[in-house]
This record gives sequence, C-alpha cells and structure tokens, in this order.
Amino acid sequence: MPKVTIDGKTIEVPQGTTILQAARMIGEEVTPPAMCYYTSLKTSGGYCRTCIVKVSKMSEANPNPIPKPVASCRTNCEEGMEVMNYTSPEIIEARKGVVEFLLANHPLDCPICDQAGECHLQDLSYEHGSDDTRYEFERRKFKKIDLGPFIQLHMTRCILCYRCVKVADQLTDHRVHGVLNRGEVSEISTYITTAIDNDFSGNMIDVCPVGALTDKTFRFKSRVWFTNPVSAHRDCEKCCGKVTLWYKGDDVLRVTARKDKWGEAEEFICNDCRFEKKQTLDWTIEGPAKISRHSVISANHYEKMVEPSLFKLNDIKPFEDQ
Amino acid sequence: MQALTKRSKLVSNKKLSFIEKLYLPAILGGLKITLQHFFKKKVTLKYPEVKREFAPVYRGMHVLKRDEAGRENCTACGLCAVACPAEAITMEAAERMDGEEGLYREEKYAAKYEINMLRCIYCGLCEEACPKDAIYLTDRIVDSEYTREGFIYGKDILVEKVDDRIDITKRKKKKGE
Repeated sequence: MPKVTIDGKTIEVPQGTTILQAARMIGEEVTPPAMCYYTSLKTSGGYCRTCIVKVSKMSEANPNPIPKPVASCRTNCEEGMEVMNYTSPEIIEARKGVVEFLLANHPLDCPICDQAGECHLQDLSYEHGSDDTRYEFERRKFKKIDLGPFIQLHMTRCILCYRCVKVADQLTDHRVHGVLNRGEVSEISTYITTAIDNDFSGNMIDVCPVGALTDKTFRFKSRVWFTNPVSAHRDCEKCCGKVTLWYKGDDVLRVTARKDKWGEAEEFICNDCRFEKKQTLDWTIEGPAKISRHSVISANHYEKMVEPSLFKLNDIKPFEDQ
Repeated sequence: MQALTKRSKLVSNKKLSFIEKLYLPAILGGLKITLQHFFKKKVTLKYPEVKREFAPVYRGMHVLKRDEAGRENCTACGLCAVACPAEAITMEAAERMDGEEGLYREEKYAAKYEINMLRCIYCGLCEEACPKDAIYLTDRIVDSEYTREGFIYGKDILVEKVDDRIDITKRKKKKGE
C-alpha cells in the first residue's frame, strides 16, 4: 500500500493506483482536470495532457524529482511519492499552455453548440486557461459526415480525446468509426459513410467532453440551462435503465446517463432508453437530479421550499455544494 | 425657557416702516423677477414636435440587430435569457436550412424571440451578456397598449428592418471597457 502526498495531503492507496485516481480519493481541491481519461474506459487517458502534475519526489527509494511534468492519469503512485499540482506555479503555467493548444483549433461557436453549459472544455478554459487568444490562423475545416439519425458529429470541435473510440471498442460489438490520419489533420470519421447504429453507441455522446458528438434528437431544442434534470429509471433488459431526464415544461427533451461529480457516466445506458423513450409514462420518476450550485444549469432553478414546521432551527445549514 | 430644538427662531412682531406699508416696492420687485423670466432660455420643449435627445446611457426598447449583409445576428444562445433578472426573455431556436444563408448569420437562429416588456426592468444585462452583438437597448420608448398581451414583443417588432436600421453606435462598448 503506497503512501502518496499530493499538494501536502497524504493518502494510502492500493498498489497500481494512478496519481489522478489518488487525487480524486483525496478530493476536488487537489485533483487535476482530465479531458481524455475516463475511469470506466480501459486504456483511456494520456492524450490531452491537462492532468499534468509535478512529481517532486519519485519515491522513498529514489527521492529524486521527475524533471518534466508527468501525465497523472498514466503514472502510478509509489511509496513516499510527493506530487505537486496546484501548489506548483510551474504546473499552472504549463497547464495554461496545454489549454491554449487544445483551444488553438477549437471554434468559438459556444453560442451555437448544444454542449455549452455542460462542456468540460468550457470549464477547463475558464478555470485553467488564459482569457485571450494568441492564435491568428484559420482554424481547421472538415467535410460534414452524417453518423445516422441519432448522433451529430461536429469534427471542428473535436479535441481528439479518443473516448468515443474506446466506447465503441469496449461497449459495442464492433466499431465502425475511428480516428483517421495523423497530427493536425487527424479526424473522427467512419471512412466509408455508414450510420453508427449500435445499441450502446449513444454513450459516445455522454463521454465526449466537448460538443463534437451531440444528441441529434436534442439538436437546437433548448439550451441545457433551460431544462430541468430529473432522475428516473425503468426496467430495461439491455442496460441498467438509470438515467437523467431533461425536462422543459412537461416534455422530456433529452435522456442522458447519470453523471458523477467528475462528469463521468455512472452507468452506461442503451440507445432505446436514450433515444426512444421520451415520454414521462415510460419512466419511474425518482426526483430532481442534484446540480452543483456553481453550474449554469442551476440558474433560474428553484428548489421547493421545505415546510418550516418540518425542520428544526439547528438543521439549517448554509448552501452546500452537491 | 430652554429651546426645544436648535432650529427654533424667535418671531418678531416688528412694526412695518412707511415705505414697506406702501407695498409698491415689493410688488415691483416681484414683477421684475417675472419679467426676467421672459428673456431666459425655456426649460420646456414642445413635445411631440420637438424631442429631447436622451443621454447616451439611456436604456429603452430593445432592438435585435442585423449585420452589414442584413443577416440576423442572434443565434438563440440563451445567454440574455439566463442573464435576465426579471426572466422577461424567452426564445426558441431552429436550424438554418439550405438557402437561408442570407437571412441568418449562423447555423442556428432564433425562430421565436419574445421579450415581455412589462417584466423587463431595462437593466441592460441582456446587452452585456450577448456574445453576438445582437441585442441592444435603444433610446426608443415602449408604446402604451390596450392589453397585457400586447406588451409581449416578438421578432416582428424587435428585429430591425433591413432598410430602416437602428443606430446603436453610442451604446457599443469599446474594447476593454
């Protein structure tokens, strides 16, 4: 059981735990952001470099620091390891550079993008990026590829995190899309235009950290912050059937998997639940889904007042983050 | 006796002098002041023939702008509606079809855009939130209506006409402001 210290906080973790996982065990205040790593997808991570940290002490046996920043999602913890994340100005500066590179080719079309409001790249650039761009060249352009009736591909927004490729590899029986070409011209494509219609292909939408893969049935229907997330479930023979319904008025506009506090799907759901069941009658409603108070989705949402006689004065706490 | 307040004044019951008893000098003094006002600059305007120019920071009725080519700037991003403290703005988005490139600037546009002028408090936060230079508050005044429904302004009123542009250069923010 190696003991690892991240930003001055020590935790004992099982052998083979990565620095990122250890940081998540400690808490949000030391966790580096991650754009390509996804806990439930094997071999994910190592592409985006936003989770870089400084290892100031390799281990008890070898107390030398690692000279360059390392990707925390791909580096295992060792006994006595000391890691610096937000306490290292060098790392904050380096991460700013990483964000700048990710945004170099990312279009500024958030006002149009359906992902806006729940986009990890928006959060990342807001929290870790600089507020101006130095990029003066034309951004990448692609030929439009139709992925079928359910998934909308916007290749210009892609940051090449490979999460959707891992979903297709690990969740569906065969993968029909992938990353073509290399370097600056690499792109997500089906090569020979075919519709992606596998039963679990819709999960590509949930794992996509940006708006490159979005729900075609939800396209331009509403901005996410005008919809109300509600937890619901149904008996489904293909998947767990536990979802979040996104309501506007009485209509279910969108069905997604439930997300945990790291923005990752708790359990993957099938296309039937996601695209076909958009009636309240199809679902057993559990109640409103919890949203962080700092998320734009919580804007203009009011939680129901509790009957004053039902709680004691001592129970009243200031607002807490969910 | 001690005064109740510091502001109290003693009333004098002084007898008037002869000149004062005539009252004529006082009347003449009053007439002089009245006459002076005849030759001063008037503070009133003959509305509606003459209209006073509003201050550049005046916030009146909204306008949805078009760009130089006459395409609508608004993409229905919803930032104005989420910024609106009075929740006066509602909208519905639609996808631009082929052949509509001359009408709308971007892939998405507002199919419906409504401002409830009775709810609006003219704070100008929508203008501040707009990333597309689409909504501005102007120096125009919202007309009176017979019904409450009449105050829900749709795109037919809010979007400026191609041949009748609304000047908003005074309200445009300079970079870094």
